[in-house]
Amino acid sequence: MSAINQSGWRPEMGPAEMGQAGHDAGATFTGNRALMLEEPLLFEIGRPDASGVDLPETVLMENRLGGMMRAAQVDLPGLSEPETVRHYTRLSRQNYAIDLGLFPLGSCTMKHNPRLNEKMARLPGFADIHPLQPVQSVQGALGLIHELAEWLKTLTGMAAVAMSPKAGAHGELCGLLAIRAAHDAAGSDRSVILVPESAHGTNPATAAFCGYKVENIPATAEGRVDLAALVSRLGPDVAGVMITNPNTCGLFERDMKKISDAVHAAGGYVYCDGANFNAIVGRVRPGDLGIDAMHINLHKTFSTPHGGGGPGSGPVVLSAALAPYAPLPFVERHGDRYELVEEETAGEHHAGTFGRMVAFHGQMGMFTRALTYILSHGADGLRQVAEDAVLNANYLLRSLDDVLVAPFGATGPCMHEALFSDDNFAEGFSTLDLAKGLIDEGYHPMTVYFPLVVHGAMLMEPTETESKAALDQFIGAIRSLAVRAKAGDPLLKSAPHFAPRRRLDETQAARKPVLIWQPPLVAEAAE
Amino acid sequence: MTRYFTDEHEWIDVDGGQATVGITDYAQGQLGDIVFVELPAIGAAVTKGGEAAVVESVKAASDVYAPVSGTVTAANDALGDDPSLVNSAPEGEGWFFKLTLADAGELEGLMDAAAYQAFVASL
Repeated sequence: MSAINQSGWRPEMGPAEMGQAGHDAGATFTGNRALMLEEPLLFEIGRPDASGVDLPETVLMENRLGGMMRAAQVDLPGLSEPETVRHYTRLSRQNYAIDLGLFPLGSCTMKHNPRLNEKMARLPGFADIHPLQPVQSVQGALGLIHELAEWLKTLTGMAAVAMSPKAGAHGELCGLLAIRAAHDAAGSDRSVILVPESAHGTNPATAAFCGYKVENIPATAEGRVDLAALVSRLGPDVAGVMITNPNTCGLFERDMKKISDAVHAAGGYVYCDGANFNAIVGRVRPGDLGIDAMHINLHKTFSTPHGGGGPGSGPVVLSAALAPYAPLPFVERHGDRYELVEEETAGEHHAGTFGRMVAFHGQMGMFTRALTYILSHGADGLRQVAEDAVLNANYLLRSLDDVLVAPFGATGPCMHEALFSDDNFAEGFSTLDLAKGLIDEGYHPMTVYFPLVVHGAMLMEPTETESKAALDQFIGAIRSLAVRAKAGDPLLKSAPHFAPRRRLDETQAARKPVLIWQPPLVAEAAE
Repeated sequence: MTRYFTDEHEWIDVDGGQATVGITDYAQGQLGDIVFVELPAIGAAVTKGGEAAVVESVKAASDVYAPVSGTVTAANDALGDDPSLVNSAPEGEGWFFKLTLADAGELEGLMDAAAYQAFVASL
């Protein structure tokens, strides 16, 4: 009989691979190491003839598939319920999560997901309803969507909000479609969207998807949009700009109002990527900066789960100029009653809509969580969120800028995230090595190699979640790794040493990905 | 045959009205291991400074710009099977595409090898 672990770790990896922490106790039969459990693939533990549910035998009365009937078994693995639960629970123990520790992914705002959010989202009146129920039977849920919408409009100083987009990039698409609809309505065929180098990578992709030609605007040496370069490029062919503010260098675009005024004067619209709204919520209203459309990642700023923990949600706030083009459906309040504006009723007072992006209203479960977060913090609490997030990022920046190169550190404080480069590492060592070392230290690595304007970028966003003690421990880990990277420690070059898998060959994984599991025929034949 | 360079780290070999385009050794070094290359279709019209190809490494996806305007006459299909050619021979076997020049005057303003070396040294 063979051990269950046919694909991974590692008896053959030998004593040197057992880590620096202790002596080699020998390989185990199972491949497990106490609570560190090896887990085979579903295909390796499942059987095609097994099933977790008993289904009645079905007799096909009439085969209407013609020649399309499947000839061979699909060979999907079947598992019992406990086998399935154990498989995914075991895998989850090898994963990292915000519930396990500081999650420094820059521009991702991996903040704590309060449990009160979960309690509210599970209330049956919100959780056990169907989007096609009669509106009079879901007045509470529609009221919740409406109240959240009002909060988002108030916090951003904007005229309208489209609640249905499902995540950040979907929100960008919504904003760009609204901009496109506005130009179409004006009979304009503007074809260019300007995107600064310091914008999020999804921005140019969104503009291209909407049929626009994308042109880059360079950044200044300070890491901000080059205002003069942007203004000089404006003209009758420019439909708009997409700007991330605060930007991906962790800096506030101080010229935002001047940029907006110039774009508007040239007949364009301003899209703002609101992924980094956590840095300014309660402090800055994007509407005051002349922004026409901005998505809000509820799964970032408003603490709904993400990163494998739940679906995103990306409502888009719109200026008065773009509000007439907002997508369907949306909730309207009539006295103490809530109505859904859908295709059947939109013609009466929302004829300019560009259409529908999703089947229903959006991510109801995320709306409930986000509103819970907003109400439990209040306006003053949300303001403190931004202040503490910025304070924490600056504490990171100033605690590390003597061991790491902070390219924009000299220009002043950062916003919600601190940016470093690998310029001072030993020959042959790069950001990737420090990131892999961070896995050994028990952290999820920070965002690496983004933004592109910095060599070997390391973008760290602690969020307001973390205490000073948690930050100090993280800082200690980074400082230790930076010293090793600068000294050229060969053990860092081969990190991680303690993870369930050693350093993976990312190049071969991308060049020659193995996407189909093959049964180990050779091994069986040998037995 | 004359080789020119752009400040976006493309090279172009010009031979009469025909030219071959690739990315420089410096560019592949900055990108790291190349895992995918998207090439222009034969017959496609490219404009100077416009996107002509995409190169994807383990670190990032980057646009490759056309050094001059023209019509694409060939694409290096070998990069489909083995994108690592861009790493191993960026200024030879790892070429991206060939084109017919629309306007030889556009070559003015591109760098020669010495100027490009100085440019890279200044980065």
